[in-house]
Amino acid sequence: MRSLRAGRLTYVVLALFTAGSLFPLVWTAIAASRTNTRLAQTPPPFWFGGNLGHNLQVAWTDANMGVALLNTVIVAGTVAAGTVLFSTLAGFAFAKLRFRGRRLLMSLVVATMLIPPQLSVVPLYMLIAELSWTDRLQAVILPTLVSAFGVFFMRQYLMQALPTELVEAARSDGASSLRVVWHVVFPAARPAMAVLAMLTFVMAWNDFFWPIIALTQNGSPTVQVALTGLGRGYIPDQSVIMAGALLGTLPLLLVFLVFGRQIVGGIMQGAVKG
Amino acid sequence: MTDETAVLSPSAVGPERPTAEGAGRSRPGQVWRSRRYRWDLRFSPYAFVAPFFLFFAAFGLFPLLYTGWAALHQVELTDPDSMTWVGLKNFTRLWDDEFFWNALRNTVTIGLLSTVPQLAIALGLAHLLNYKLRGSAFFRVAVLTPYATSVAAATLVFVLLFGRDYGMVNWALSAVGFEAVDWQNGTFASQLAVSTIVIWRWTGYNALIYLAAMQAVPGELYESAALDGASRWQQFLHVTVPSLRPTIFFTIVVSTIGATQLFGEPLLFNGGAGATGGSDHQFQTLGLYLYEQGWVNLHLGRASAIAWAMFLILLLIAGAARLLRGRKDSR
Repeated sequence: MRSLRAGRLTYVVLALFTAGSLFPLVWTAIAASRTNTRLAQTPPPFWFGGNLGHNLQVAWTDANMGVALLNTVIVAGTVAAGTVLFSTLAGFAFAKLRFRGRRLLMSLVVATMLIPPQLSVVPLYMLIAELSWTDRLQAVILPTLVSAFGVFFMRQYLMQALPTELVEAARSDGASSLRVVWHVVFPAARPAMAVLAMLTFVMAWNDFFWPIIALTQNGSPTVQVALTGLGRGYIPDQSVIMAGALLGTLPLLLVFLVFGRQIVGGIMQGAVKG
Repeated sequence: MTDETAVLSPSAVGPERPTAEGAGRSRPGQVWRSRRYRWDLRFSPYAFVAPFFLFFAAFGLFPLLYTGWAALHQVELTDPDSMTWVGLKNFTRLWDDEFFWNALRNTVTIGLLSTVPQLAIALGLAHLLNYKLRGSAFFRVAVLTPYATSVAAATLVFVLLFGRDYGMVNWALSAVGFEAVDWQNGTFASQLAVSTIVIWRWTGYNALIYLAAMQAVPGELYESAALDGASRWQQFLHVTVPSLRPTIFFTIVVSTIGATQLFGEPLLFNGGAGATGGSDHQFQTLGLYLYEQGWVNLHLGRASAIAWAMFLILLLIAGAARLLRGRKDSR
């Protein structure tokens, strides 16, 4: 099957899919470059207008987009870094180290994946209210700092990518565990760590359910929470909302443009082994 | 975490080899070093897995159990510290609550409307991506792009596209001679529109998962099928789909869990009108209803009861899926 060359029809269908995937994004930019009045007319605009700068500026000030973007970068960056670090350590232990309770603990990790986030939301809110963390970024960061998927992903990767003999050799040379992690595990895990970092970054950037509960728009919202504020005005200006959506999406699209192939590879790799 | 630093402080790292057991006369320093080495060997695995379990205990397990406790109380958002025991009242109230059943119904229909087409399209898309393609990397990245778009941004765009009077979808429909549809107020129409957002964001992602599984199917299977005179379509039906069954099962489970938790799309598809899920609650999902009860109506106890109801429904689905899979495997 893999050797089969694609026919012309395949390219046509794939081109249609691509158009469908990209069109809403392109149209966000088109709508963001128009006026609200133009958007309330038929036919809808299919090409760019000259109002982009103005709309971006209004979105930027109205929704405090600068602060929101900075907050989102901090949240997504910290969550990605923490998840990668903790997942690599735990994944290494589960993949290559022998210890009592290993199997039980690993099945516990997998079991936690089945718990829906809604189930924790009420007490989590009470907890952060108790700690006076509402509207603070740590309210969003700390509960998502570890990920069962991450542990599972790194374990699967390290079981194959890290030769056990290498760990044992370093061990018999007298290296401590931390030294082994630093000089043997991290170098071997680097490709998977990069993929996990990007996947986590995307997920944390787009997270919505918990941030909208933990962060209000008056405090320090993430981009996603700030965007909902834009839509809530008395007379919502659609072109400004689209400008805001563009601001919130563009940074990730740039990441995608640069690392798209690695992200695709990571998802496919996680899928086969998962 | 503090244990970890005590056992494995970097300053403890020395280049010296530990003495093998029983070899040589032991001086105090060596004894200490080899003991430290053994401790390191024994406890560092636990130190490595500890962060996950510590964070999970604090922000996962504790809230999970506490939700069950809160569901048995009357708690208001305005004063979460004062809890009044009400027993199962939150649950019995839910049983008689038409909005709960409405939300459950909507969650099921929107779940079906989004999951079934999404996975079917993803399977076909993966099949096409599995051909020898020029620019295959481009196509893969392009169909995955919606995955990088947030719920918030995507929904706001689709609200505009599905606008009743000036939206592009209705404009296109009328251009080919159909009547305009009220995408925000019709029950089926609005649920279809909400599902479209889900389908758009997740089809490419699932296609890549299927593609990965397809590439693991051994080529000989296709060769022998081709020898037997199977057409491409028959090969797809009789070789690809059966080989992918575990992966398909996996994506069904994941998408079902996702569908049960649907929240952002119906919240924002309401155009800033709050958590009601449309003028007549026509696309209010369970996730949205939980949010409305807890953070609009301020009843945290009732919200907790909804959360547990959602969890029980998920367990039922998981159990049913297990039974179904067990039967298929034994066939």
